[in-house]
Amino acid sequence: MTRVHDMGGRFGDGPVDPAPDEPVFKEDWHARALAVTLAAGALGQWNLDTSRHARERLSPKDYARFSYYEKWMAGLADLLVEKGVLDESDLTGQGDGSRHPLADRALKPDAVAAALAKGGPADRPSNVAPLFVAGQAVRTRRPSANALVDGGHTRLPAYAAGARGHILRLHGTHVLPDTNAHGLGEQPEPLYAVAFPASELWAHPEHPRDEVILDLWQSYLEPA
Amino acid sequence: MALDLGSASRKPDGMPHDHHDHDHPHSHLPPDPALRVKALETILTRKGLIDPAALDEIIDIYQNRIGPKNGAQVVARAWADPGFMHALTEDATAVIAEMGFYGRQGEHITAVANTDDTHNMVVCTLCSCYPWPLLGIPPGWYKSDAYRARAVREPRKVLADFGVSLPEDTAVRVWDSTAEMRYLVIPQRPAGTEGMSEEDLAALVTRDSMIGTGLPREPGQ
Repeated sequence: MTRVHDMGGRFGDGPVDPAPDEPVFKEDWHARALAVTLAAGALGQWNLDTSRHARERLSPKDYARFSYYEKWMAGLADLLVEKGVLDESDLTGQGDGSRHPLADRALKPDAVAAALAKGGPADRPSNVAPLFVAGQAVRTRRPSANALVDGGHTRLPAYAAGARGHILRLHGTHVLPDTNAHGLGEQPEPLYAVAFPASELWAHPEHPRDEVILDLWQSYLEPA
Repeated sequence: MALDLGSASRKPDGMPHDHHDHDHPHSHLPPDPALRVKALETILTRKGLIDPAALDEIIDIYQNRIGPKNGAQVVARAWADPGFMHALTEDATAVIAEMGFYGRQGEHITAVANTDDTHNMVVCTLCSCYPWPLLGIPPGWYKSDAYRARAVREPRKVLADFGVSLPEDTAVRVWDSTAEMRYLVIPQRPAGTEGMSEEDLAALVTRDSMIGTGLPREPGQ
């Protein structure tokens, strides 16, 4: 019901290496991979949720063996074909190299800074009224699955499924990734910061007052 | 004209066909990651879909222009000006945008201030969400499986990997960035910094202290 990217709480990964002197891009191709991904995204053929889902649905074997930017490249190649921007013959080097119908939309060098500065806010007006108020007890749905698409994108991590917490604050109404990743519309709804005691999530919490806060959409929650 | 991508379509030896319906398109690209990126860039460039000069510009921005120095200015101002600190914890997006910091992966910002009682720490267990306009591109460790897996369950053990230990009675709040809200940790102002300028204060603010895996430098350190 969940996918390999959903790794919060997993055991066995070993120490974190802080690598204090690591450059922003450890390899030149890392920088290139990031830039190709952002520039291809500017063609407007998919949204942020679609591209996250493209990386998440790499096979578990690929997800584990690929480094970070390799996942980005694989997700991008898959999306380019899936959305019809390229076909598979393009990826094998047998494709037509002529100008693409979408070429007019290519991100130009002098438009880059403005495009990055503009960003893409996720808050939208919504007719879904907030059901919960700060302090109210809530429980997350279980299992942590997309309710509309089997195996689809969702942002409720498995470790927090079925957990009881309380509303910390309302962030406003935001695009719902569960629909937006699958071409089912933005369906904006209330988004909350929800606090969970560590003892609700883990068998052996480190400290009795520790908490984990997650940003969760209203449809992930029910009153508790 | 066909493009020579070398062993592009060859599958690695001995790898069983484990996709239940079809091969994923990415498997057509060369196995070497640097060549894989180069191949995609070349294909997209030939079709006019991307402009290599625009890629250079994107890289220059994130390598040289946008980074933790932005976030450090916000923290230093919060330390120096209680009114700003209050406004920051009320509506960080607005006051940070007024300082000129806004954009991709920083459209919605919440600032969380450390106190003697509570230490804040930020992670994205599902991917690598991070406040780009304030801190730049996330470091390798932030994107690592080990950090993503462990930060929510054993934050103190993760802090120990960074050489940080907290007082026993300090609680930890771990913020898992599951939506488009990005979190900036405001570390506690170090002792002995009274009367310092915002500029000098900003020099004490480390990247990791704004993620919650580090503490600011002490003056003179």
